[in-house]
Amino acid sequence: MFYRETGQFKTNYADDMAIFPIRQDRIGIAIIIAIALILPFVASDFVLKTILLPFLALSVAVIGLNILTGYTGLISLGSAGFMGVGAYACYKLTTLFPEVNIIIWIFASGFFAAAVGVFFGLPSLRIKGLYLAVATLAAQFFLQWAFVRIPWLFNYNPSGAIEVPLRTLFGVPITGPTAELEVKYLICLGFVIGMTWLASNLVHGRIGRSWMAVRDMDIAAELMGIKLLNAKLLAFAVSSFFCGVSGALFVFLYLGGAEAGTEFAIRLSFLILFAVIIGGTGSMIGSFFGTAFIVALPTILKFGAPAIGIAITGATAEKIVLMIIGALTIYLLIVEPHGLARLWQIMKQKLRVWPFPY
Amino acid sequence: MSAVTSSAPKPLLSPALMATLKVLGIFGAIAIAIVVLVQSGAMPKGSIGHKVLAAPFIDMWDLPDLLVQTLWEGLVAGVLYALIALGFVLIFKASGVFNFAQGIMVVFSALTLVGSYEIMTQRMGLPPGTVVAILALIIAIATMFVLAWLVERIVLRPLVNQNEIIMLMATVGLTYFLIGFGEYIFGGNPKVMITAQLGLPVGQTQFNILGGRVNIQHLDVAAAVIASVMIAGLAFFFQYTRIGRALRAVADSHKAALSVGISLNQIWVIVWFTAGVVALVTGIMWGARSDVSFALEIIALKALPVLILGGFTSVPGAIVGGLIIGIGEKMGEGYWGPLFGGGIETWLAYVIALGFLLFRPQGLFGEKIIERI
Repeated sequence: MFYRETGQFKTNYADDMAIFPIRQDRIGIAIIIAIALILPFVASDFVLKTILLPFLALSVAVIGLNILTGYTGLISLGSAGFMGVGAYACYKLTTLFPEVNIIIWIFASGFFAAAVGVFFGLPSLRIKGLYLAVATLAAQFFLQWAFVRIPWLFNYNPSGAIEVPLRTLFGVPITGPTAELEVKYLICLGFVIGMTWLASNLVHGRIGRSWMAVRDMDIAAELMGIKLLNAKLLAFAVSSFFCGVSGALFVFLYLGGAEAGTEFAIRLSFLILFAVIIGGTGSMIGSFFGTAFIVALPTILKFGAPAIGIAITGATAEKIVLMIIGALTIYLLIVEPHGLARLWQIMKQKLRVWPFPY
Repeated sequence: MSAVTSSAPKPLLSPALMATLKVLGIFGAIAIAIVVLVQSGAMPKGSIGHKVLAAPFIDMWDLPDLLVQTLWEGLVAGVLYALIALGFVLIFKASGVFNFAQGIMVVFSALTLVGSYEIMTQRMGLPPGTVVAILALIIAIATMFVLAWLVERIVLRPLVNQNEIIMLMATVGLTYFLIGFGEYIFGGNPKVMITAQLGLPVGQTQFNILGGRVNIQHLDVAAAVIASVMIAGLAFFFQYTRIGRALRAVADSHKAALSVGISLNQIWVIVWFTAGVVALVTGIMWGARSDVSFALEIIALKALPVLILGGFTSVPGAIVGGLIIGIGEKMGEGYWGPLFGGGIETWLAYVIALGFLLFRPQGLFGEKIIERI
């Protein structure tokens, strides 16, 4: 009744091609952004620290992998490695040139990740499907090894970890131990909105079309004049760029420091791929659903179960959480193999014809 | 899109052999080039080129006993990688599922074996010894059968005909579930494999050969022998039994197999059970070399380069790939590792596999992929 496009006429091409052609969608997005803006001032520090910050930081990486896997059809298991490249690049840049603003460096670190991503994306021209997925593990393990074994990357810190230095924006500390959570959140949010806008424009334009053509069938795409080399490597570059920015955000704004090699382990790669698939491949909003799922679920299970009276100790809880995550994964894949984004679509469709379903 | 097997007339040499020859030729040319470079004095001792290209080979020549030791260790590791890869291949062939949980099945089955042995001897008061160990073995095999049945019922059947990445993700979910479940039942502490109770040999023999000593663990010999026997047994099973024939039919074409009355569901249970038994054997072997804990998970990831090297659908590929990766990894770590500061074992296997894949994108023994519009 409320969600219906009746009466909204498209009078020019720009209207027709708009990403949100329905007015209610535009209002919805505005409301979501408004809520996101006031959220840090109402949410508790705990929620902010354990759910919202990792959600924002990881969602960028999930969008990045979605570009590669969902839009271009190349499966990658190296995303955590590329995130690490971003984090370490940002750390090196900001310690070498402390006078440049950290925001610029967070953004710039994506380019380093993109360069590494292109290099490891080269095999994708020969190798396809699951073979490629395994091949990208080479990137993951090599990068993880490099983070531990090359002391230059963490400035010869004897502990082998990187510690985020204090950096300010207009005199307000935004990274380092003294920065306020709310400030970190807002910076993160800014990055997420900017990167989402960028990704959305990329996938809706000519480049995105060529990616999707490659995904659907790369030989046919080649016959139609799409250069596979450019399309695939560009997908790897953009995807790694997003992962790199996400890694920098993850370490600088969420963790505040990273143990060499442990944060960006293979498990994180799987988690990101998992978020892409649970959320829905080839869907922007699905990326956010997927991220929310992987970030919130462990926390909710860990802290929610005792709250409703199921007393489980810490060690047992972790095992049960693992079991539930595993079982839920399989369940969700069975119920909706196309991800949460599909459920969202179905819901919108239902809402559109409500209250007369026929 | 259709990917079909090539039906062109057989060339004189099989493609895999041709590829091997090509690679050997390249290596030979490189070796000659290195010798020429060193002899002509273009690469003086101590230069980077000498360190990378010549010094390791001179070491091999000077200390042949160390070389034999490294090769043997690589061989044993390779056999075990091959076993894990074999489990993958069995399942991939029969159901088209890339079973990421194979590595966890290895740990899980070994844990079941050790855990049930512990429970029987400690809580139920049965006398420790071979009898109880065999009882535990039976329990472990039964568990793997139940697991196979449950997986078929709960995971495979509803997900039939889904995209391969979704099946992969489902097995990742299975992995998490098995980790949680295994730790919940048997505890997270590393356990010691009941090697002696199962009648496996322990101890080691030293051989004095080539002017040095080579240590050979009896267990490693047993592992190699058992693995060979098992692979031969599987080959026999596939070739000459009714079920084996059905398995091969399913691997060739699901639809054709269905049309001649082969039950896919039954075959899947059998194939997952077979993979589970392979996992159990692998778990016993790995567990005897180190402790049984979920840290063994990392070994499963080591089997992945073996797979892409050998091809997802080829049993001989898994074996040859396992040996190449095992030996290559140990040689690389032993002779070239110090140049990189050590620890290159974690990624060397992948780089070796990638190197092969660039020449043969479907793996050494994989079916040639022909794509049509």
